[in-house]
Amino acid sequence: MNKSCKVTLTVNEVERTAEVEPRMLLVHFLRETLNLTGTHIGCDTSQCGACTVLVNGEAVKSCTMLAVQADGASITTVEGLGDVEHLHPIQQGFWEKHGLQCGFCTPGVMMAMVSLLQEHPAPTEEEVREALEGVICRCTGYQFIVDAVLHAAAEMAKLQESGNVSDTMPVGEGR
Amino acid sequence: MIPTTFDYVRADTVEDAIRLLQQSNGEAKLLAGGHSLIPLLKFRLTAPGTLIDISKIGELQGIRREGNRLVVGALTTHHQLHTSPLIRETMPVLADAARVIGDLQVRHRGTVGGNLAHADPAADLPGVALALDAMLEVQSEDGKELLELDGFFLGPLVTALPETSLVTSVSFLIPPSDAKSVYLKYAHPASGYAVVGVCAVVGTDPDGTINHARVGINGVGDVAYRAISVEERLLGQRPSRELIQQAAAHAADEGDIGGDLFASEEYRRHLCRVYTERALEQILLPEGTA
Repeated sequence: MNKSCKVTLTVNEVERTAEVEPRMLLVHFLRETLNLTGTHIGCDTSQCGACTVLVNGEAVKSCTMLAVQADGASITTVEGLGDVEHLHPIQQGFWEKHGLQCGFCTPGVMMAMVSLLQEHPAPTEEEVREALEGVICRCTGYQFIVDAVLHAAAEMAKLQESGNVSDTMPVGEGR
Repeated sequence: MIPTTFDYVRADTVEDAIRLLQQSNGEAKLLAGGHSLIPLLKFRLTAPGTLIDISKIGELQGIRREGNRLVVGALTTHHQLHTSPLIRETMPVLADAARVIGDLQVRHRGTVGGNLAHADPAADLPGVALALDAMLEVQSEDGKELLELDGFFLGPLVTALPETSLVTSVSFLIPPSDAKSVYLKYAHPASGYAVVGVCAVVGTDPDGTINHARVGINGVGDVAYRAISVEERLLGQRPSRELIQQAAAHAADEGDIGGDLFASEEYRRHLCRVYTERALEQILLPEGTA
């Protein structure tokens, strides 16, 4: 019973292969097998969004997906967004606009907002607030998060204009 | 939270999935987006011996028009429902309703087939699908058959879906081109699920007489239902505030409505009437007269 399964997936542009138990959640695979602890576990009931990662470019709650379901997929975690020298515009936005206090929800919020900005590069404040429905922040009251996302959208538009598109979506090595 | 152990097997075709279901002797469950099933597994409210992953089956994908219906593959996500140009053009109410399901992340994974087969009474899709005369294409070892969605829901999380079969697609009737439609929802403030959700689709003759009326309601009862009593009172009439009030008074007639900790039966019946009235007013009474 419950034979382990081999999964091969790309995480932050690095291909990973592992044997996993079918019941292993994607978030546990990322945190415990790959040691990518930037993805947090908050409610563990598909509500809070702290575990949000990109699966094939779309924001997904990794506590509500099995690792075996991610076989063949491309995953981006917060570690893949950028680093201290080369912040992703969304990270820059959170920095500039004080988009976090305790920071626990921040990785998931940023991944959800990267997903939003990929589909709607110039969202209205209302669209940002709607997209924030899938994440819970208990500190900020969301206002500074909204400011951070709008700041990021403006920065990304500037980068696009200057033709520096490669810098728009820096992807780290998934350390 | 960690589910109990299970075997995992991936089906590459629908036939594959059916064969695996037959072999499991009722011990297996189908896994598509997993956004209803995985929470149940984590709470250990269900403990299937095997999960059959159908999420990679290509023939369950896609949205196409067939005559006066849109056929939507069972694996179509809520996000795809919301962003499909074909759905936006032919039945905007479905695109709009898909947007209020769960949240961005949930809509990326949850599927139309999974949503209906799961039969959560507080889900948003069932009422909309009933108002769009949805039919389910269901495949089993005996082949394909079409089931009307009206009558498919037997109780909370219980449907008429035979054990070794799966929903392959859902088709929706394209409303008359001049029909107006809306889905109005009162969401539970914590869960976001519908305490009541009313979908109204109404078409009128050039002289204003109502010639097409569908009202689907979810959230209030054990199963989503069509408010036939409301529809019958609208048909053949001209829209007016009085007509809408009289019709909406019967919004709870077909509902199997009970109370819970959040909302009493009386309150749910009240919400049912109020949201039906608002939905009908919004689409039938020009601004200013409402």
